[in-house]
Amino acid sequence: MTESTARSEWPLYEVFLRGKRGLNHVHVGSLHAADATMALHHARDLYTRRNEGVSIWVVRAADITASSPDEKDPFFAPSGDKVYRHPTFYDIPDNVPHI
Amino acid sequence: MTAATPRAETLAPDAETLARDFDEMVARDRRIEPRDWMPDAYRKTMVRQIAQHAHSEIVGMQPEGNWVTRAPSLRRKAILLAKVQDEAGHGLYLYSAAETLGADRADLTRRLITGAQKYSSIFNYPALTFADVGVIGWLVDGAAICNQVPLCRSSYGPYARAMIRICKEESFHQRQGYELLLTMMRGTGAQREMVQDATNRWWWPSLMMFGPPDADSPNTAQSMRWRIKRHTNDELRQRFVDMARSASRFPTRCCAGTPTAATATSARWTGTSSSRSSPATDPATHSASRTAARRTRTGPGFARRRPPTRRGRERHDGEHSALGVAPVRGVPAR
Repeated sequence: MTESTARSEWPLYEVFLRGKRGLNHVHVGSLHAADATMALHHARDLYTRRNEGVSIWVVRAADITASSPDEKDPFFAPSGDKVYRHPTFYDIPDNVPHI
Repeated sequence: MTAATPRAETLAPDAETLARDFDEMVARDRRIEPRDWMPDAYRKTMVRQIAQHAHSEIVGMQPEGNWVTRAPSLRRKAILLAKVQDEAGHGLYLYSAAETLGADRADLTRRLITGAQKYSSIFNYPALTFADVGVIGWLVDGAAICNQVPLCRSSYGPYARAMIRICKEESFHQRQGYELLLTMMRGTGAQREMVQDATNRWWWPSLMMFGPPDADSPNTAQSMRWRIKRHTNDELRQRFVDMARSASRFPTRCCAGTPTAATATSARWTGTSSSRSSPATDPATHSASRTAARRTRTGPGFARRRPPTRRGRERHDGEHSALGVAPVRGVPAR
């Protein structure tokens, strides 16, 4: 199993696709590749067989820094109590035009 | 991925709280994502389910792959190549999903080769003629679609997302198979016999793809609770039988003009030998009414009776079975 051991050492790349101009790149999945160029080619073959994208980003999974997955993550607490950031916080009479 | 260093004051919740949060999340139909806490049994079950599915896609390339070099036309060869390439792609989407649970890809392959992990036994049946390529598309991929459409709502996010991509592509697989069969049914008597023979051989294995009857399926209850399974084996099997029955009537009508005894058979799945009938058409009827068939084939009535085709974007909102058969319900519109 030397071959498969070598294969498993290829790093994991996360793949992001821009579906069409005007849209953001969106995460679609991951793949293994020896380097970034190979990852791009693999991503094209694997994730865009039916014109799903006009642009691909690949990034080493190990290079992504992520917040904690916890839904109640205190990391997001600062935005939790600032209702005045939303337009619905403000009472405006119904008959005011153009607001 | 690496997590940002948690802040010092963050206390790790105890196991009981974690388990309760997990259950609540699943009960509210929220998706579980890779770095969420999950019970070990859930993780293990998901790895097993996804790996088995991935292995099936990979092994599934073999019966049809044999026909790539012997396809009857360049058009069929290109279609078959694209289909087999899709199966490889499906395997890779799924291995990618399994890896989010901490599984190692090389290890999964090793388990497939040593037999420690299974794949669907449907792929152990040989594809003897080119009609098998059509029947595999129609029945085997059709059964796979029945099984997989509800999995687009699996509680495990990466698996559900992979399934959405897969289901979109399976729709092409089923349609090319059905179209291939329609073409053969419009051909010679020998070709129609090939279709019937292939249908007879694949019909029962297709039904077995849905797993054991509900009474013998001990894991169903837990899987339903975890929302990694949405319908019981028998529910899905019945849905498939109904779809196959409707679709099998179509070539009969367009080729012979009259329904045959075979298509009029009761299609209620009972698991007993009384339902042991193939859904396809009876070739004898076709040869008996060859003249009628030819007239129907060339007349305008045939064009009207073609199954509705959808050009452009493939849909996955419950209309996979665009073969003139009943739509599958319960897929989220996205």
